[in-house]
Amino acid sequence: MQKPFAITLNLGSSLANHTGSWRTEKPVYVDLLPPCNKACPAGENIQQWLFHAEEGNYEAAWRQLTQDNPFPAIMGRVCYHPCQDSCNRAEVDESVGINAVERFLGDQALAEGWSFTAPTELSGKQVLVIGAGPSGLSAAYHLRRLGHEVTVRDAGPMAGGMMRFGIPSYRLPRTILDAEVKRITDMGVAIELNAKVEDLEAAFAEGFDAIFCAVGAHIGKRAYIPAGESARILDAVAYLHAVETEEEKPMLGRRVVIYGGGNTAIDAARTAKRLGAEEAIIVYRRNRDKMPAHDFEVEEALEEGILLKWLSTIKHVDDGKMVVEKMALDETGFPQPTGEFEELEADSLILALGQEADLGFLNGVEGIAIADGVVTVDGSMMTGRAGIFAGGDMVPAERTVTVAVGHGKKAARNIDAYLRGTPYAPAPKAPVATFDKLTTWYYADAPHQHRAHLEGARRASTFDEVVTGLDEQTAQFEARRCMSCGNCFSCDNCFGVCPDNAVKKVDIAKGYAIDYDYCKGCGLCVAECPCGSIHMVPED
Amino acid sequence: MTTHDTTIDPSIDPAGYHRGLIPEVVHHEPATKPVKFYQVGSFAVGNRLLPLEVRSVQSDPNRTNALTSGHRACQGCGEALGARYALDAAMHAADGKIVAVNATGCLEVFSTPYPETSWRVAWLHSLFGNAPAVASGVAAAYKAMGREDIRVVAQGGDGGTVDIGFGCLSGMFERNDDVLYICYDNEAYMNTGIQRSGATPPAARTATTQAVGDEPGNVFGQGKDLPRIAMAHEIPYVATASVADLRDLEAKVHRAMSMRGARYIHVMVPCPLGWGTAASDTLQIARLATQSGIFPVFEAEYGEVVASSPIRRQVPVEDYLKGQKRFAHLFKPKRRDDVIARMQAQADRNIRRYNLLPQGGSPDAPEATEGSL
Ligand SMILES: Cc1cc2nc3c(=O)[nH]c(=O)nc-3n(C[C@H](O)[C@H](O)[C@H](O)COP(=O)(O)OP(=O)(O)OC[C@H]3O[C@@H](n4cnc5c(N)ncnc54)[C@H](O)[C@@H]3O)c2cc1C
Ligand SMILES: Cc1ncc(C[n+]2csc(CCOP(=O)(O)OP(=O)(O)O)c2C)c(N)n1
Ligand code: SF4
Ligand code: SF4
Ligand SMILES: [Mg+2]
Repeated sequence: MQKPFAITLNLGSSLANHTGSWRTEKPVYVDLLPPCNKACPAGENIQQWLFHAEEGNYEAAWRQLTQDNPFPAIMGRVCYHPCQDSCNRAEVDESVGINAVERFLGDQALAEGWSFTAPTELSGKQVLVIGAGPSGLSAAYHLRRLGHEVTVRDAGPMAGGMMRFGIPSYRLPRTILDAEVKRITDMGVAIELNAKVEDLEAAFAEGFDAIFCAVGAHIGKRAYIPAGESARILDAVAYLHAVETEEEKPMLGRRVVIYGGGNTAIDAARTAKRLGAEEAIIVYRRNRDKMPAHDFEVEEALEEGILLKWLSTIKHVDDGKMVVEKMALDETGFPQPTGEFEELEADSLILALGQEADLGFLNGVEGIAIADGVVTVDGSMMTGRAGIFAGGDMVPAERTVTVAVGHGKKAARNIDAYLRGTPYAPAPKAPVATFDKLTTWYYADAPHQHRAHLEGARRASTFDEVVTGLDEQTAQFEARRCMSCGNCFSCDNCFGVCPDNAVKKVDIAKGYAIDYDYCKGCGLCVAECPCGSIHMVPED
Repeated sequence: MTTHDTTIDPSIDPAGYHRGLIPEVVHHEPATKPVKFYQVGSFAVGNRLLPLEVRSVQSDPNRTNALTSGHRACQGCGEALGARYALDAAMHAADGKIVAVNATGCLEVFSTPYPETSWRVAWLHSLFGNAPAVASGVAAAYKAMGREDIRVVAQGGDGGTVDIGFGCLSGMFERNDDVLYICYDNEAYMNTGIQRSGATPPAARTATTQAVGDEPGNVFGQGKDLPRIAMAHEIPYVATASVADLRDLEAKVHRAMSMRGARYIHVMVPCPLGWGTAASDTLQIARLATQSGIFPVFEAEYGEVVASSPIRRQVPVEDYLKGQKRFAHLFKPKRRDDVIARMQAQADRNIRRYNLLPQGGSPDAPEATEGSL
């Protein structure tokens, strides 16, 4: 076309000029794995359920959460929340109170009566679950959702395992436990109580297509301590069990000594105090730093007037008193005797030295390997015997409710695959949304909202719940502190900061697309996406 | 925001203030409306948790896109972004009835290689130095036509504004012509190859202030502080803004558009090419400018400062300087602590002058960091 002097372009809009051709790298949207999700032993998609909670859509949040874990109200009380330890927000101010929001959602579900839907398609397969603790119940829940007939057998008089016979009710009210267990039986899961499985082969022979074993670890470890005849020595797990089941609560006298440094020692001490002991003293070989008990539990115990005695071992127990030897840590941090002794007045001694699994029911089962007192399982939670899976405290892993729940889920998915004859292939994990991928400037300063605690003095005499939940407003505030690491939360930054208008909003609520006709590849959207949900990749 | 208010007696003609009737300056709504606390993305462009009416103009999928795709600005151009932010907001405020007058400069050259254009507003270009005068004329013409609903915005780079267009601009201010003038300050004549302007900071290397000799780069003690010069004209509204604080920038444009008479907004817009920064760092570097105090963000009415944006995460000026090649000679081959200290002193003076650390803050800037905000 003939153009006037000095004119080289056609009349019109610059839209004709596809500046995308300048690009050497291009931005692409990605979904990364938030560190909280990665750290959750039950594999919850925390970022996603917080996203719903932020909008006040609590039921959607709860449904998202319970895809992985059927016990939010329990979790919100007893989980040690490793998610919060790896939350990116900790590097901005304090980690998000994930556990508190989880409890709020769990309580909200119970108040509103939200229930699980029973499966519509049944597989016709029968699975036996041994043990109605968190691991067994989680497996039963997931197996049921996948359409299988599930029977749970438990030796005890009530379901819950250590959630009932270990964790005291001031931390986990039984109404909560009962309600969350009932929701699972309402789906059509049968629980048989007082039904100890003594012989696994016999059970298998009843016609089950697969078995999940989750019998926990209930036998208190013993230490040899010379003792006089009238010395009163109990084991912590048996003691807590008796408190839960017996009308006549065990009486321990005025001064009770608890030997051990873990969470069980703390719970035993706090329980003894609640049942009338004037003094409950925890004796531990090492110092506080080395205590396996969690800091917050030690803190709560101290508030209730529990006494702690570090660097001490018990040498001898007699009626009304015991002899304690002082210890000193050597360079490796190991406690060594000092030869210095002292006398401690005490009416009884509770041993809280850890638990062992009772694996008698596995005797004679071919292929099952036991090492260090626990059952060996492969990556699919299956034992050496095809069709028999195991999880929770009876396999080698950290012993927590959440790990047990995670094992239950993982085992259920693998059992399902085993029953269908197809290998279970979990979706590949996305790269982690580490802190350096975030642009935290965009997150408003928002202090962490703490849950209230009953006053120490007031709670030491009752089994009322110690920690109170968040109200709706505070829970939502807390949820909104989440930075949505690695996952788009529709902040419009990419849509806004592009100097070339090359980011399109496909859908008003959510959904952006990059218009590569005009994207020059400057990378501003990548740099300014608060949550790291855009990556730069080389052009091919 | 430090909040102030200028109570204006509506019975007095606004033009009157400028002739010496000083309005009483009292506490008042800041231009930036505080957005209810929505932790996630409160400082971001949009926020899905906000009601529609308080969302930013830029988050609207139907925003004007006054400067549309296909323009020839460099990758990561702060000026292209700032101009779209500002004009989209002005279009929003005036219901689309805007005429924009543009001085010569990158903004004009990359958007309008005649007869192709990226503008989606009525747009005029005449010369490098006369944009304020042309805008005054457009405003006068519409007034004569009884069409004062059509609003006039003039815009230009720092060279066009603080240097060559300065006489026209001062006249426009003095006459209190009904024009909003927006300066996109990238601190040099970028379009012709990065020559020094009256807005180039001291020590910066440009094509005409090379990093040689004892005092490398631009000299200290020269240059013009145009926002303060504009304030000295006692016009109704003067504000500074940053391309890195969209909500504040939009609020200021809205505020200015709600007034009549001469108004001036000075927007900091980093230039990746001229400053020697990565294209993806444009907003980060603009944030470091405000968070170090080297670029104060404030508002003034009738010659008095009425509000300023407090520093949220203070950084030393060094963090701002070291990411830019135009200041590289302050760190290599020999570190020039003396020059860096002089730059810090300027930031400290801004912090005092505009009360940028109202909560007290540290009198000494914090330690140098990796320079990321
Ligand atoms: C005092 C105490 C406090 C704790 N506090 C916490 C806490 O706050 N947070 C936390 O995360 N973890 C806590 N734990 C650990 C946690 O309780 C366990 O890791 C978890 O309960 C293990 O779950 P599980 O399903 O493997 O076994 P369990 O919960 O032990 O359940 C096993 C079930 O199997 C049944 N069973 C055993 N043998 C048979 C058999 N042969 N036939 C049929 N049924 C059988 C048992 O009756 C029991 O119900 C605590 C533990 C204790 C002891
Ligand atoms: C009277 C006149 N002198 C010189 C020029 C050449 N010229 C065009 S743009 C420009 C520099 C513009 O600098 P600035 O106003 O800061 O805008 P920027 O390009 O940096 O955005 C110059 C010197 C001109 N167009 N007219
Ligand atoms: S900020 Fe949110 S997504 Fe990120 S780690 Fe914490 S809880 Fe998870
Ligand atoms: S910038 Fe905002 S809207 Fe864009 S991908 Fe990131 S989170 Fe989503
Ligand atoms: Mg310039």
